[in-house]
Parts: sequence; C-alpha cells; structure tokens
Amino acid sequence: MTDTGNKPVSIALTNCSKTFPDGTRALEPLDLAIHAGETVVFLGPSGCGKTTTLRIIAGLEEPDAGGKVLFDGVDVTHLPIEQRNVGMVFQSYALFPNMTVAGNIGYGLKIRKVPDAQIKARVSEMLAMMQITRLADRRIDQLSGGQRQRVALARAIAVRPRALLLDEPLTALDAKLRDTLRLEIDSLLRSLGITAIYVTHDQAEAMALGDRIVVMEHGRVAQIGKPREIYQRPATRFVAEFIGTMNRLTGSVSNGTFTCKAGGIAWPEAPSSATEILFRPEDIRVVESGEATGLKGTVAAAFFLGDRTRLFVDVGEAQPLVIESTARRDFSHGDRVGLAIDPRGLLVL
Amino acid sequence: MKRRGLFYLQLGFTLLVCAFLVVPVFLSIMAGLTVNYFVGIESGLTLRWVMEVWNGYRDTIFLSIGLSLACLAVTLVIGVPAAYVLAKRQTALTRALEEMLVLPVAVPGLATALALIVTYGSLSGFRTSWAFILVGHVLFTLPFMVRSVLAVLSAIDLKTLEEGAASLGAGFWPRFRDIVLPNCRQGILAGSLMVVTLSMGEFNMTWLLHTPFTKTLPVGLADAYASLRLEIGSAYTLVFFLMIMPLLLALQAFAKPRPAKFVAEDAE
Repeated sequence: MTDTGNKPVSIALTNCSKTFPDGTRALEPLDLAIHAGETVVFLGPSGCGKTTTLRIIAGLEEPDAGGKVLFDGVDVTHLPIEQRNVGMVFQSYALFPNMTVAGNIGYGLKIRKVPDAQIKARVSEMLAMMQITRLADRRIDQLSGGQRQRVALARAIAVRPRALLLDEPLTALDAKLRDTLRLEIDSLLRSLGITAIYVTHDQAEAMALGDRIVVMEHGRVAQIGKPREIYQRPATRFVAEFIGTMNRLTGSVSNGTFTCKAGGIAWPEAPSSATEILFRPEDIRVVESGEATGLKGTVAAAFFLGDRTRLFVDVGEAQPLVIESTARRDFSHGDRVGLAIDPRGLLVL
Repeated sequence: MKRRGLFYLQLGFTLLVCAFLVVPVFLSIMAGLTVNYFVGIESGLTLRWVMEVWNGYRDTIFLSIGLSLACLAVTLVIGVPAAYVLAKRQTALTRALEEMLVLPVAVPGLATALALIVTYGSLSGFRTSWAFILVGHVLFTLPFMVRSVLAVLSAIDLKTLEEGAASLGAGFWPRFRDIVLPNCRQGILAGSLMVVTLSMGEFNMTWLLHTPFTKTLPVGLADAYASLRLEIGSAYTLVFFLMIMPLLLALQAFAKPRPAKFVAEDAE
C-alpha cells in the first residue's frame, strides 16, 4: 500500500502577507485555495515569494497580522510546523547526518512514539517504494544526490502527512537525473493522491507536475490556472514571457488587419487598440513557395534539431521571431521566407 | 644539491625540537626517578620521590581532577547552549558577545584573578573555597568550549536540519536532543578535552586565587620546585605528565578530520 493513511487536506490562505523584520515585503496579501488531493505548483523567479508562501503553509513562517492559514477549514495560522502533520522536502534535503537512511525515514514515526515493529515495517515499505532498500544502513554522506532526494521523499511520506510540501526538490541535481526524478515524483504524487505543493523556478517542471500552476512575481500572484491555460492564455506579459517562448510584433490595427513592418495579418477579431501582438512559435509557420502570404522575413539563423528546425527570422523588430519548422527544407542564413500566423494563437496583453 | 640542503635543514630543525622539547622532558622525568640528581644516574633509580609527591601532594591531584571535571560540567551547561544560540542568531549583539567571551583568554590570567579578588575577595566563605578557583577556570576555558562547538555548528546547515526535524513532528527538546547534540558531538568532545586539559594545567590565575587549602596540581608543582629537593619537583612533573598525556592523546585523536567521501551518481 502506498496510501498516506490520512485524508488529503484542503488548504486555504486568506489575506496572507509577509514582511520580514528588516522591512522587506516578501509577500503581498494573498488569497489562495488549494483543493484536497491536487498538486499545485508555485512558479516564479527567485525572490517572487513562492518559497515564503510555502513556508507559511508549512508553518515555518507566520503571515503578518490579519493573515490566516486554514487546513480543511480549521485555522492553523499559529500552529508550528511540528503540529501541522505536513511532509516537507527541502532543496538541500536536510537529511540528518547522524542517522542512517533507515533512521532518517523512521524519525518522524519515532517522534510520534509508534512501536518499533511498526516503524520497521513502514521504513521497509518506504525503502521498497523508493527502490533504495539496499541503502537502508548507509550513512547520509555515503549517498549520491539522487539517492538523497529519494530518502528525503521517503522520510516526508513515511509519517503519512496530510499534505506534501516540496521546496525546489530537484534544483540541486543535474539535468538528466532531474528528468528521471520528475517522472518519479509525478507518478508518486498521483498514486498517493495527496495534496501537494511544489515550488520551482523551472517552468518545464511546473508544466509537467502541476494540476494547477500559481505563477508569482514580486510577491504577487500573476496568474493561477491549469498548465494549458497558463501557456495558451497568459494573463500578463510577465506570465507570457516567463513560460515558454513568446514572439512579439508591433504595429497597428485597421479594417481587421494587423499591420507591422513585415506586412499584414488578417485578424477579423482584432481589438482596434492593439499596438503589439504576442504568439507562440507553434502558431507561426513558414509557408510553401507560391502560397499567398502577408508576412515576409529573412532567416537570421537556422538550427537543425533533427525532428525540426528552429529558425530565427528577422522581420524588422527588435527581436527576431522564433519559428519551429518541420518542413523538409534546408534553410540558410539570408533566405527570404513567407510566414503565416494562426490568428487563434494571437494575444494582446 | 638542493635536496641535500633541505634535508640538513629539516634534520637541524628536528634536532632543535628534540633539544628543547624532548630532552628536557626526558631529563626532568629521569631526575624525578634518580636517587641523587647531583650525583647522577649512578646513584640508582628510585620511586621514593614519586611516593613523596603522592604523600605530600595527593590532595592537589584530587583537587585538580575534581576542579577540572566541575569546570567541564559548568562549561558544558553554559557553553553548548551558548554556542547553539550564537550559531542560530547571527546579530550584532551575538557577535559582540562572541568576541567578549574570548576576552579572558586575551587578558593576562593574573589580571582576571586580581579583578575577581578585588570584587569578591571579601566574601570569605567563597574566597576560601575551591569554587573561587572554579569561577576563574570557567572564565578562562569557556571560550574554548563555545568556539569548538560553534565551529562544528557553523559547518552544518543547522537551521534547515532543525526545520526538517520539525516538519517530522519534533518539538524543540526532541530536536535539540536528536539533531543538535549528536551533530555537534565532535565539537563537544574536542571542547571537553580542551577544557579539562587547560583547567588541569592552569597556573597564572590559580596561583593568585588559591589558598593554602585549595592548591591545585600546577600550584603544588611550583611550591615543590621552590621549597623542596629538585628530585621531588621533577617527580611531580612526572605525575603531572602521567595525568595530562592521555588527555592530550585523546584530544589529538578527536581533532583528526574525517576523510571526505566521494559518491558518484548511480546509473539507475
């Protein structure tokens, strides 16, 4: 069994802000509802308040006066972390160097005065689940980064917490291992059905793991939504540019056409006030020769990636457009190409 | 040849160390075991002087042991929590405190002792008890305990370790017992040996603080050298050596750094 033993908890923050003693405002007043059993990812650049929010939920920080943290509707604002029954995975893992792997995993149960036999059983179960049974008697300084990560996860889950909080758990690992462990964490969270909050600055991690993503900027929530919504309908320029690649054209609208330096785009629903449009690389393509087109540009760089070619096309803007082309065609620097944009992918922010 | 030059330099240095460190110690010990030092080793070897030291100064030995253990107890009770607080709260105040703790080491022991006598000398019950010396020794040895524990605590990410333990349900005392203390064990051990050794050999301060009834081992040694036969003084040195050497060796063993282990990522 990999159940957590406890019903997943719903978490609500109301009016939670955080000002540090030196006067720094880490978090503007925030309201947030996290459903029981869902995985929410806090995403943003460093200093955006995502870790502070996690620490307020964990009970490692208290919000400024007036803020409230509710677990299943019960006010836990002033309850310290040790009484909240949350599992936490730290960026540095925070494994105890004075204990073995098994000792680390069993510590939470020992504190809860669980009988030794039950601790042993639960620890073996955790070791098996994380596929680290052979490491049970190792000391922490005898483990690699990926192994430490697994021990930290096992330790947090062993106590059957009401919620699992993960603070940049993969940041300290190299790229290849990160991909493997991301997959493992994803299936772990799905199988546990636990309420999980995952903090990261890596948008790919956020997209892969989150049921919902909370994008944060300067201590504020920029947008909350499903990964697809965040990607396709970003609420602000910040969100649009932080997640994925965004192309930009400047110009003006008249008679259902957006006109820029490189030409015109037919866009019947164009808001008349638009002076700048944004779109994703997958919403623009290079047209076949002979096809009618309103936009033209010059290839500034082309990178053949095997399954596709990444093109940087100069259209007279400050930044070249990024285009992913799957055409079986050899692009080279200086080629004049016609471009077509799917108006459904156009955004005005 | 260059290497030859270096070799002779090293040999010269080694011989110098021997001449001033090893030989005097050896001769001193021999003097304590010789029947008549002025006649020389031909006069024969004896344990008579050692026995005389034992009979005449037994009390100073016991007082020194008791004093150093009491000193250890006090520095543990004050020093370990102090180091913990200093490690956890890095503010201007704690930094100032940390500096002030070291003052008794920088200020001559005689000055500290004089200040104690000027301030508390009139409390006759206190002045004549061994507790008066204990205060001096604690002042002198406390920074060594604090520094040694603090060095270990600063090297680990104490804050996150404690947060990790708290997230698993451990309150302050279980955290302190299960995480903080075991992880600064090396520092506590090294600090303890340092404190006992220093307290055992402290002379400057103790010489002013002691009374005829509260003589410690080093004070007794000075006394023996000043007023008795050279052989007895030397035998005294021998006794002192026998007591302090095991401590120094243990100190050396604990101070040895643990080799760092390199662990490669598993290909899984």
